[in-house]
Amino acid sequence: MLWIRYVCVQLNRATVLWTNEKGDTTMIKEVNNSVSVDDLKKFKEEVLHKYPKKVAKKRDKAILLNDPETPPQIQANVRTVPGIITQRGCTYAGCKGVVLGPTRDIINITHGPIGCGFYSWLTRRNQTKPETETDENFMMYCFSTDMQDSNIVFGGEEKLKQAIREAYELFHPKAIAIFSTCPVGLIGDDVHRVARHMKEEIGDGINIFGFSCEGYRGVSQSAGHHIANNGLFKNLIGRDDEKRGDLKYRVNLLGEYNIGGDAFELERVFEKCGINLIATFSGNSTIQKFENAHTADLNMVMCHRSINYVAEMMETAFGIPWIKVQPIGADSTAKMLRKIGQYFGDQELIDKIEEVIADEMVAVTAAREKALKKTNGKKAMLFVGGSRAHHYQNLFEELGMTTLSAGYEFGHRDDYEGRVVIPTIQIDADSRNIEEITVTKDETRYNPRKTEEELKALEAEGMEFNGYEGLMPQMAKGTLVIDDLSHYEMEKLIELYKPDVFCAGIKEKFCVQKMGVPLKQLHSYDYGGPYAGFKGAINFYEDIEMIACTTIWKELKAPWESETYVEAQYAY
Amino acid sequence: MQKAESIKQKVMPSGDTFASSCNACKQCTPLGACIAFKGLEGVLPMLHGSQGCATYIRRYLISHFREPVDIASSNFSEETTIFGGNKNFNTGIDNIITQYHPRVIAIASTCLSETIGEDVQRLIFEYQKTHNAMPDLPVMIFASTPSYQGTHSEGFHEAVFAAVKTLAESSGPVGDHINLFSNMISPEDIRHLKEIVEDFSIPVVLFPDYSDTLDNTSWDSYRRIPDGGTTVDELKKSAQAYASVELGYILNSGGMNGRIKDNGTKQSAGEFLKGKFDVPLVRTGLPIGILESDKFFEALSSISGKEIPMKYQRQRGRLVDLYIDGHKYVSDKRAVIYGEEDLVVALAAFAAEIGIKPVLCASGGESGKLAGTLREVLGSNYYEDMVVGQGMSFERMEEVMQELKPDLMIGNSKGYYIARKMDIPIVRTGFPIHDRLGAQHAHVLGYEGTMILFEQIVNTLLDDKQRKSPIGYKYM
Ligand code: SF4
Ligand code: SF4
Repeated sequence: MLWIRYVCVQLNRATVLWTNEKGDTTMIKEVNNSVSVDDLKKFKEEVLHKYPKKVAKKRDKAILLNDPETPPQIQANVRTVPGIITQRGCTYAGCKGVVLGPTRDIINITHGPIGCGFYSWLTRRNQTKPETETDENFMMYCFSTDMQDSNIVFGGEEKLKQAIREAYELFHPKAIAIFSTCPVGLIGDDVHRVARHMKEEIGDGINIFGFSCEGYRGVSQSAGHHIANNGLFKNLIGRDDEKRGDLKYRVNLLGEYNIGGDAFELERVFEKCGINLIATFSGNSTIQKFENAHTADLNMVMCHRSINYVAEMMETAFGIPWIKVQPIGADSTAKMLRKIGQYFGDQELIDKIEEVIADEMVAVTAAREKALKKTNGKKAMLFVGGSRAHHYQNLFEELGMTTLSAGYEFGHRDDYEGRVVIPTIQIDADSRNIEEITVTKDETRYNPRKTEEELKALEAEGMEFNGYEGLMPQMAKGTLVIDDLSHYEMEKLIELYKPDVFCAGIKEKFCVQKMGVPLKQLHSYDYGGPYAGFKGAINFYEDIEMIACTTIWKELKAPWESETYVEAQYAY
Repeated sequence: MQKAESIKQKVMPSGDTFASSCNACKQCTPLGACIAFKGLEGVLPMLHGSQGCATYIRRYLISHFREPVDIASSNFSEETTIFGGNKNFNTGIDNIITQYHPRVIAIASTCLSETIGEDVQRLIFEYQKTHNAMPDLPVMIFASTPSYQGTHSEGFHEAVFAAVKTLAESSGPVGDHINLFSNMISPEDIRHLKEIVEDFSIPVVLFPDYSDTLDNTSWDSYRRIPDGGTTVDELKKSAQAYASVELGYILNSGGMNGRIKDNGTKQSAGEFLKGKFDVPLVRTGLPIGILESDKFFEALSSISGKEIPMKYQRQRGRLVDLYIDGHKYVSDKRAVIYGEEDLVVALAAFAAEIGIKPVLCASGGESGKLAGTLREVLGSNYYEDMVVGQGMSFERMEEVMQELKPDLMIGNSKGYYIARKMDIPIVRTGFPIHDRLGAQHAHVLGYEGTMILFEQIVNTLLDDKQRKSPIGYKYM
């Protein structure tokens, strides 16, 4: 019954707001007002004593009270303990699902039994928009070698070759990528050898390449991102030197996957400013965009975790500097644009950017003011991804909400404490599993876009290159930072602090909501979005206003179950 | 890719003839096992293998049922794959016990642990041996579910079998209860089956009963392990039932076709109880449509020696009446039916009896029994031009459909894209349903469920007709 009413409430947004204006949200507030940063201290104790000693010792290092001035050292990117239910996925998911998934004209073949490929078939909401009707788009297809018993026993390379032939005959794609799943690594199939072989056999300029992204290889999706980055660099980036389009202000956006149309919104904003977006890695992307990406003059890294390797490699090989940007939240989108203006240093561009910002902010400010009335002072928690748990704090800040606790699913220490700690990160067996490729200056095409002096001058003006300060400096002192939050810990967080909004994914959604706290999915956006850029910010304000202020959460208890109700009856 | 050759060859070659699968029509075995395991009371399932499988499977189940589905993993690393999963297994179990205190830990293997040849039974045995002093040591059940052998459907039935095999024990005289092995159906349909059996006044052990665990109310306080499910004690006494009723003709018998390693040892739960404890076994299909529902009700009637309650006789009467009202809308329509093999058989039987031609019956499963079972069950209703495809993928279905020109698709959400391309309507049923609300409440079994399904089909066809009509009649 409750669920049906919740849906109605969502549809009748106006009704809800009306109800709210009557001050109907008091119950949620009561719980929250009592939560202060001080209360967060007890969390660790509460959960740790429930764990066996060894696990407690391990988790102790991953649950911290924040200090934005001197970020404490967090344990991140280490294996989840067996039997602890984690949010994390596997290396294959990070490689095939996240990084390579959003490119529409590469045929992705999963080499393995059916499940892995099936579960990554259109389950992420990365969108794509072919420019013409005849443009290739293989996004709707899920190719798998569907390995059977005999392939496990006798090897699956022949079946893989046949699968490639079939895919080629069917679609004549320009490129085919092969992704290995766990059993493949074990039985020793060499996907790279098969790729080379088939490239020769088919000819026709086809590009075929493989990824050794077996699920067990890494701690989480993160290993898969790294493997994918290496593959992008080795097999795609830099294969096409033609400078296409406007020669001015050429940029790439790295680590934006076009969930819910985020990349579309950012494409719109860039175009409005006259900025030439060469390639997005990898939302709404094509092979040609990757191949051409090295002709850009600036790389902007959005999701640092999943793509910083490409930025680094492109800088080393081609001399393109990179900056970290966060176009999530209207203010930080404006900030990103100003950085671009500053980097190119062209008054015409700077003026245009200011004009666009002023124009966009009219609607943003109006929407924010409306939402603020309801959202101000509310509390959020975010446990998602490798950058979203950080970036979305911008949006919550704009809504006057505090983040009580946050953490990543697959972040590394640098995503928490900043890139300065990279030299001190210990390399463990899991990281050693990932192939490191050595990148050197490209002999003919290395061309530093800015001289040392120019970079220094820009730095003096406050621009930061190759830097990312991480999530901790943005969070208030004493807030809780938790890496790889377990299911159990999540339940405790909700039980103890009842935030107004909890941000995570579909796996967490129904548990949290059963406890009476709304959950906003930040992987799929609950089928909404976009949330990036200016229009995205407006969407987010509206959605949070709606879910955090919905009165349905008050009705989890039927009137006859509540003691106060009974008392009130007597009072009458 | 070889074109789906000669449609005239009514039984299509199995998926074997194609190396790759493009848009498969099946999921992997441990997923099915996890659904069945969720039908145990106080259970926490664990997948023995890499964490990715558990994560993917959880995500898939959660978005279908829209309920929390907690599944642990023993979380293999590269090292584990070399040295074996023993340590991970033990740590996993330790941690599950301390956090969740489950009554049952149900373990399914994955491709990875199967490939390295883990002997999970032995791991369980050793764990139990070293922990026998532990109070409340959970019961442990293991189902072997490598995905390169079978589909989620085999995984489901394998888990049902594993639970019964592990728990059933003969400790007394034959009781007054029956076992009902209900196949992979919706929580709502489980509740309906329970209601029917209850109305016959037959005590029943229904397994797997995930009608609460995968379709719960909202709670005022969170329960780490949701209430509900078939209890361990109930399963223990399944050996003393005076009969087992098993819904489905194919179940996990796909194991017999030679593609599955332990050829010949594949048994359904009902077969096992019959073989080991002499519990008589009655097998009917999933009760969809009048004829198949009749078989089920008659079975209950003859087992209990009671007449079919008036309530159901009335329901049957209303259903017949509804068929008469609706036949003009469905008669001679050409439908494509796809999904798990047992579901396909039941839906085809239903379609055939209401005058819909099942022009293509397709499944990702490859028991080798689909064609024969369809012929047997549909009997004189069999549609002679029917194309039967086992080991089918959606891509091949689409090819065939281009020639067959169907009017309607009946099956899970994954076929939607074909319906969209061909501009024909789709009625969603089966697993997974990710693009509609209420999969957990889909009610298709019995006379009552059939009524709902029939109306849904008619209304979908009417809607399609209205949408495509240039005039837009509202009186149809
Ligand atoms: S490895 Fe096997 S069990 Fe795991 S998701 Fe893939 S098919 Fe399923
Ligand atoms: S088998 Fe490996 S690659 Fe496939 S889903 Fe599981 S962890 Fe990921």
